[in-house]
Formats: sequence, C-alpha cells, structure tokens
Amino acid sequence: MKAAGLWIAGLYLALIALAAFAPDLLATHDPLQTDVRAALQPPSGAHLFGTDQSGRDVLARVVHGAARSAGIGLLATALALVTGLAVGALSGIAPRWADAVLMRVTDILLAFPEFLVALIVVAVLGPGGANVAIAVTIAAVPVYIRLARTQTRTLRVAEHVEAARILRVGRMRAFVRHVVPGVLGSLSVLATIGIGSAILAAAGLSFLGLGPAEPQPEWGLMLAGGRNVLGQAWWISVFPGLAITLTVISATVLGRALRARMEGRAA
Amino acid sequence: MSRALIRSAGILASVVVVLWGAATLAFLAFRIIPGDAVSVMLGPQAQVSEEVKDGIRADLGLDRPPLVQYLSYLGGLLHGDLGRSYQLRMPVTEVIGRQLGPTVQLTVLALLIALVLALAAALFARRGVARGVVVTAELIVLSSPVFWIGLLLLAVFAFTLGWFPVAGSRTPATLVLPAVTLALPVAALIGQVLRDGIDAAERQPFAETVRARGATPARLVLRHSLRHGAASALTLTAYLVGSLLGGAVLVETVFARPGLGRVTLAAIVNRDLPVVAGIIMLSALVFVIVNVVVELLHPLIDPRLGASGRFEAPAIGERR
Repeated sequence: MKAAGLWIAGLYLALIALAAFAPDLLATHDPLQTDVRAALQPPSGAHLFGTDQSGRDVLARVVHGAARSAGIGLLATALALVTGLAVGALSGIAPRWADAVLMRVTDILLAFPEFLVALIVVAVLGPGGANVAIAVTIAAVPVYIRLARTQTRTLRVAEHVEAARILRVGRMRAFVRHVVPGVLGSLSVLATIGIGSAILAAAGLSFLGLGPAEPQPEWGLMLAGGRNVLGQAWWISVFPGLAITLTVISATVLGRALRARMEGRAA
Repeated sequence: MSRALIRSAGILASVVVVLWGAATLAFLAFRIIPGDAVSVMLGPQAQVSEEVKDGIRADLGLDRPPLVQYLSYLGGLLHGDLGRSYQLRMPVTEVIGRQLGPTVQLTVLALLIALVLALAAALFARRGVARGVVVTAELIVLSSPVFWIGLLLLAVFAFTLGWFPVAGSRTPATLVLPAVTLALPVAALIGQVLRDGIDAAERQPFAETVRARGATPARLVLRHSLRHGAASALTLTAYLVGSLLGGAVLVETVFARPGLGRVTLAAIVNRDLPVVAGIIMLSALVFVIVNVVVELLHPLIDPRLGASGRFEAPAIGERR
C-alpha cells in the first residue's frame, strides 16, 4: 500500500517532468492559440479539459504551464537550500557575536508568516516570474538557515570529525569534507518536503497577478482567469488546481518517505 | 516572585526586539527598492519635472540623510504614526483601521472553525478507517492551494447548490464560505500536531497507570493526554494566527470581500510602500500579542511550566 503510493507519486512527478521538458508529446493543441468560436466549451473528445474564455485548450495550457509553475517552486527551493547551507554552515562556525546577530535576524524573519514575507518581497522587487522565485526563496530560507546551523554545530563535534582532526586533516578540509555533506543531507530532506509549499506559495502569488503575465500558461494565473466564469465553466478552475494539488501531494509523499528512511538509518 | 519578574522582563525584551526589527525591515523596504521612490510613487506615465519631484521629496522628507529618516520613522512609530499612503493620500493608520473590521471577523471565525475541526478530528478519528480518512483528507487539504479550495467551495455551494451568496460582505451568510476556506488548512495542521501529541502522551508510562486504575479511554484522553497534546498545538496555533493575514489576501481576492488582504494587495500592486510598511508593523504586533498570550496560557495547560519557568520533564530513568 505504502509502496504503491510512492510509485504513483513518482510516476506523476515523472509525467510533470515530461510536460515541462517535452510538452508537445502530451498536448497537441497550441496553448496560446485563441479561437473565439470555441470559447468556454466543456470537456469533450476534441478538448479533453475543455476550453477557456478565449477558446484556448485548457489541457494544452495545463501541460505547457508545468515548466513555469513547478519550475518556479523547484528553483526557489534549490536557491533556499544553497543559501541556507552557505549562511547556516558559516553561522555554525562563525565567532559567537556574528552567529548571534545572524540568528536574531533569522528569528525576526521567522516571526512573519511566509506568504506575507513573499508578498512584501514582491512589493519591493515588482511582479514577474523571476521575482516570485526570489520572493519564495527569501520567505523559505530562514528555516533552512536554522537547520543548517544546528546541524553544523552538532556535526562539528561529532566523532568522525574529531577522528579526522586527530589524523591531522586540516580544519577547513575537515569542515568541507566531513561536516558540509552531512548538513546537506538533512537539508535535502527538508527541501523535498519544502518543494510542495514553495509551489503553493508561487501559485498563490501568480493567482494574485504578481507572477508571470497573461497569456503565458501558468497554473495559478489560470485559476485567477477561471474565477470570473466559475458559474459557467468549472473546468477552467478545476484542472489547473488539480495539477497543483497532485504535484504537491506527490512531492510531500516522497519527501516524507525520504525523511522516514533517513531517520530510520540514523536511529 | 523574582523568577516571574525575570520571565516578564524576558518577554518584554523579546517584544521590543521583534517590533524594532520589524520597523527596521519596514524602513529598509523603502531604501532597497530599485529606482527612485518618488518616480515609483508617481507611476511610469507621470509627466513631472524634476523640480516638482524635488518638492515632493522634500515634503516626504526623502532628501534628508538616511539615518535622520530612520530615526524620525522610529519616532513616528512611537506616537502611533505610520506615515501617509502615497496612493490614497491619507494616514496609513486610517487606511488600515477602515478595513480592519471585515478581516478580523473573517480570521476570528476561521480560527474558531479550525480549532473545532482539529479537535473533532483528533478526538473522534483516532483509530482504524476514520483515522485513515482524516489523515488523507489532511494531506489533500495541505497540498491544495487555499484559493483553489475557495473556488471549489464557490462552485459547489454558491453556483451549483445556491446555498451561499457568490461574493460580497453585506450579510452574515457571505462570511461562511471564506471562513471555512481559510480554516481548512489551519485545521489540518493543528489536527496533525494534536493527534501526534495525544498519541505520544498515551505511549508514556503515566497513561498505563491511568488505564490500570480502570479509566475509560475517553476519560484518559479528556483528562490527561489531551492536555499533553494541546501544548505543542497551542504553539503552532500562535504561529498560524499570523499566517491568517497572508491567507486573507488570497481568500478575500477569491470571494471579492473587502478587508486588509485587499488593502495589502492593492498596496503591493501600486507600490504604496508606506501602507506595505504599515502591514509589516501590524503583522509584527499581532505576532507579539499572540505570543505573549500563548506564553501566559502555557502554564495553565501544563502546570509544570508554572512558577519555576521552563521545566523539562526528567527522563524516566532519573525519576526512579
């Protein structure tokens, strides 16, 4: 049962990856092609997910949106991971005062809800796909910094690092070879679970019109477009949302399995 | 007595640090904005000469050195002055004050619904199929964008069944769907933590003792393990209260309701930075108040935290 769930999650994410890299294999229609005569058609053989207000094929737009929607979340998570590792690990070996200052700043960032931080960053940088990725990164990064710092402090005095030092491995080399990989391991688990919330935050910003602009296909933006015709055409709002939810569920299920494995190994 | 005093002083110090940090962050938001603040405020279409821009700059005090601006901003905050909105040409406190009501109604109702749902799920779906259903439902809710949940509820309950109005804020019925939308993810998170806490408590030796005394499972949960589970759920709830403001931005947009969320979004789209800064301060204030309240509530739930401050339960080996 558990294994079946993991397989389904993995297959769905593979499908999303395929949609992101080779959308034409999955969708035959052009995501930008408007056709007013075919506007607001319910799902049918010709348009499996129906059409939107301008007669664009919803399936094609969901498929072509994968690269942007999942990509922004993935990019933001990768950036948060790298920044968190760099800042957190350095904070873990920094002098006490520098560490204290960094941690207080992180604490203050943690005091704000993530989505509000992302909104404020977009307010300062201005809207757009790249800025949404940066905003989601900044909103997510305090948690990564915290974990990286704690892990660095723990691993620095771990036995295998002590052993390396006794074998006359240099301070810097011991840090890079024996502390950083361990920290990276725990951050990766956090990141696998964090991809889901990054995708949700990015979709939220796009929904508010702060991300990629029309006519680009993007899941959150499509939901915003569907809101005004919700009474007549449920399919415009249901399918992109379903794509987001299934992506996030899959990432979460895989992330939890990974965490359980790591914890099992550590115990 | 002196311990309580030290504890209060500690709380007060962290309150001041968080508020000062938020104010500094809000102030920096003005400074690191790309481009000239006055041009941003006038918009790209404005045909305004440099002299007029200089005049506006002097009016807003933007021609003074950064440190002076920073100090006068902090000074204003101490008097409850958050500056003036660029767009609406009125004090930020008034902009926020006017729209506070609908959002407070929305978030308070959402929090109540969330707590009831989480408590019900944690208490009544503890084992077997019911537990599986609840755990799956929580995963789905937490993985769905909150605005999508709102759209689905609208499609089903407003457009198809016609039970609730589609938009607006005039009647109490308009509040139901938005509050439920905002409540669902919060309920799922609290429910997870509450259930884990109760389960962990019932694995401890004291639970065995209570059972050996002949207490029913219901009595064990209500009198004992719920208290243990509630401690971490309370901390999480405090954190989530702040996040309701972020959620309100999305929910108010979906349901076309007036409120602080809409004010925030408009301020961001129009780059009305004094209002954005005001929202930052409000969010920090909510965080601080909620955390102080939780700090005071914790000893009521867990008496061990009472007079002696933070107290870690000794490991079982030590207690013997």
